[in-house]
Amino acid sequence: MPASFPDLYFPVLLQVVIAFAVATGLVAMAFLVGKRVRGKVKEMPYECGIPPTGSARERFSVKFYLVAMVFILFDIEAIFLYPWAVVYRELKLFAFVEMFVFIALILAGFFYIWKKGVLNWSREEPEVVTERRYPDAV
Amino acid sequence: MNFYILTLIKAGLVAFVLLTTAAYLVWIERKLLAHIQLRLGPQRVGPHGLLQPLADLVKLVTKEGLIPQQVNKIYFLLAPFAAVMLALISISVIPFGPEVEIFGQRTWLQLTDLKIGVLFVLAISSIGVYGVALGGWASNNKYALLGGLRSSAQMISYELPLALAIAAPLLLSNTLSFRELVETQSGFLGGVLGNWNLWYQPVSFLVFLISAFAETNRVPFDLPEAENELVAGFHTEYSSLGFAAFFTAEYANIITACAVGTHIWLGGWQPIIAPHLGGIWVPSLVFAFFGIMSLFHATQPARRWDKYTFPVLGLAALGLAALFAIPLLQPVLVPLFWFAAKTGALIFLFIWIRGTLPRFRYDQLMRFAWTFLFPVALVNLLVTGLVVALQP
Repeated sequence: MPASFPDLYFPVLLQVVIAFAVATGLVAMAFLVGKRVRGKVKEMPYECGIPPTGSARERFSVKFYLVAMVFILFDIEAIFLYPWAVVYRELKLFAFVEMFVFIALILAGFFYIWKKGVLNWSREEPEVVTERRYPDAV
Repeated sequence: MNFYILTLIKAGLVAFVLLTTAAYLVWIERKLLAHIQLRLGPQRVGPHGLLQPLADLVKLVTKEGLIPQQVNKIYFLLAPFAAVMLALISISVIPFGPEVEIFGQRTWLQLTDLKIGVLFVLAISSIGVYGVALGGWASNNKYALLGGLRSSAQMISYELPLALAIAAPLLLSNTLSFRELVETQSGFLGGVLGNWNLWYQPVSFLVFLISAFAETNRVPFDLPEAENELVAGFHTEYSSLGFAAFFTAEYANIITACAVGTHIWLGGWQPIIAPHLGGIWVPSLVFAFFGIMSLFHATQPARRWDKYTFPVLGLAALGLAALFAIPLLQPVLVPLFWFAAKTGALIFLFIWIRGTLPRFRYDQLMRFAWTFLFPVALVNLLVTGLVVALQP
């Protein structure tokens, strides 16, 4: 049974080497084997056969950026839970109370961003518009 | 035998089996989907289309690998590379069976058993998002960009409930090593029912399954490649083996996710039927039953080829049954059988759901992850923690 550090991680290294070889092989073969015929139309971005309009390097909805930020905060929290879970049976209620306080703080942040609408992906409800339209009509 | 030589053999074997399984998973999926939709599926290449993966490979190799003009070449090539490489690494900590003795040497049916195995798999799967995100961005194509962005947002959003769902059974098992996780689930409740984490943690298992679907970009969460709105999503511009690389990665990820689910909740290689009820003979019986059924059908062929395919299949199954009945091989083969059966059942569920459910809308998908799955996983974790803490 491997017990030393190098012996435990040697198979991981080996697997990384194998994965590297397979990945390199696949990608290299893709672009080395096979007949290559160049053509102007062929090398255009694919937009269902219509000449492409504009570039794909446009500004994009900020929501994705927000989700990425929020994710980093909460994922760090989730990773904190793992060492906590491993020693849980030794610490019992102490660990529970400690983590409860931590999670409560995180949850406060979670409800804050929820209320702020970071998690709201659909468009704004049309209520504001109807309010404006109907008072004049009635 | 030298430890390093043994590791080399094991690594080669694991990589070979993983890649072959990934290739045949495509065939299995096409066949199953076809039968769900009352079609026959692939059946031209070889008997019942069994050589289809090989034909696909030959076709994909000989196709032209197109690099469009507008792409960012380095990242465009790096994306499938990263996707397939990261998908193949995490298998190194997944065990397939217990400690066994081969050629007088005790070894694990596993490449290595890291003390942080669960964290390792989570970390690698987190990096896996780069393949898709880079592919989508580097293609410089609007469909690919939308697909890549959707995918990265979706994968990181479901990473959270996934991590929280895995943490809950860890409270029961108190270890991050897959091997120890499975060993804490040994034994039988009442002598019959396997002592699995699933019985104590059904909610976290469901959350894990749902998140695993989203992490691997599978239906009903396959918006990154929603073909009716985004052509093919992040891999729109990929052809030839670059395209194949993304699919190899996807199927390898499915296998890994199912294996992780099996180990954490379904008791890994622990038998479903207790040994004192004859559990050790179950694999033999299953294969023998399958073989006899095949031979029976061979006597009454419904289709032209059945006369040839069913006897071969039946004899192969009977051979396997005999192999599983050899007492010398049983300590190695029987755990492998249970592991494969449980993982296979989960993979079948993945395909079954693809044949059953429609796709989510994007805002529903994100709302579901953040405002439903995340709180549910958190509450489940806190309740589990409270119960474990109050236990004497």
